[in-house]
Amino acid sequence: MILASFTSGAGEVIVWMVWIGAALALVSSGIAVVLFSNPFYSALSLIGNLASLAVLYLLLEAEFVAAAQVLVYAGAIVVMFLFVIAYLGGRADTPWAGGPRIQNVGAVLVAGAIAVEVIVVIGLKAGGRLSDPARVTGSFGSPSEIGKLFLSDHLLAFEVTSIVLLVAAVGGVILGTAPHKHGEVE
Amino acid sequence: MTGPGIAAYLVLSVVLFATGAFGVLIRRSPLIILLALELMVNAGNLALIAFSREWGSGDGQIFALTVMVVAAAEAVVGLGLIVAMSRRRVELDVDKLTSLRG
Repeated sequence: MILASFTSGAGEVIVWMVWIGAALALVSSGIAVVLFSNPFYSALSLIGNLASLAVLYLLLEAEFVAAAQVLVYAGAIVVMFLFVIAYLGGRADTPWAGGPRIQNVGAVLVAGAIAVEVIVVIGLKAGGRLSDPARVTGSFGSPSEIGKLFLSDHLLAFEVTSIVLLVAAVGGVILGTAPHKHGEVE
Repeated sequence: MTGPGIAAYLVLSVVLFATGAFGVLIRRSPLIILLALELMVNAGNLALIAFSREWGSGDGQIFALTVMVVAAAEAVVGLGLIVAMSRRRVELDVDKLTSLRG
């Protein structure tokens, strides 16, 4: 919908430039999240990661998901992470401390294997149907469309979601409550 | 079609997922492990939304929103566990959490 004005000529170039910029930001901020030794910087890099993901969601015409991404993740989850990191004092934890242990070598192998495996499958399958996107109407991905889907076809998922959130909130309160002084509950 | 096809988005998604998996495996601070888990969840979301656009159906976006809610719940419980660990003076290092080992 947003991209309707970009469909021709120079618009295509702009879309590609935005995509490449967002992709580079996504990958580099993802690596930064994993490799920063200070958890505070990791959480800040996660904000960049989520923002570039929101740009990609906009390119995929998922406007509502992009807005929800920024609100829920950057606005709530990352702030919660930052509060906990501040509360705990943000101890540094260097990723490669203690030299190349067997666990680090295994981590590199496993992560590389996952990436190579899926990229090979995508390469094998990307020829036919996968490069032929469907036509979508103007309201695709808009809040009203998502709302209609949530309250008609996916009503069960919507209701279960509220139970999941309630249980998580109760669990968070119980976990966060200070342990009893007299020791009836450890 | 405007911009890159679905294959480009899927490659990006798997690169992000592998980065997150790498982080979960090498880091020892549970806080950073939770952050890397968020990376993996988001990589799955990106693939879901790319497929949603590919098939022209909003179901993938609904799935992505539901995943987002589950990720929020996971972050609440995970951070609650970390705060509870620090309250009980347990060291924040997943390699030293061995009391449940059989």
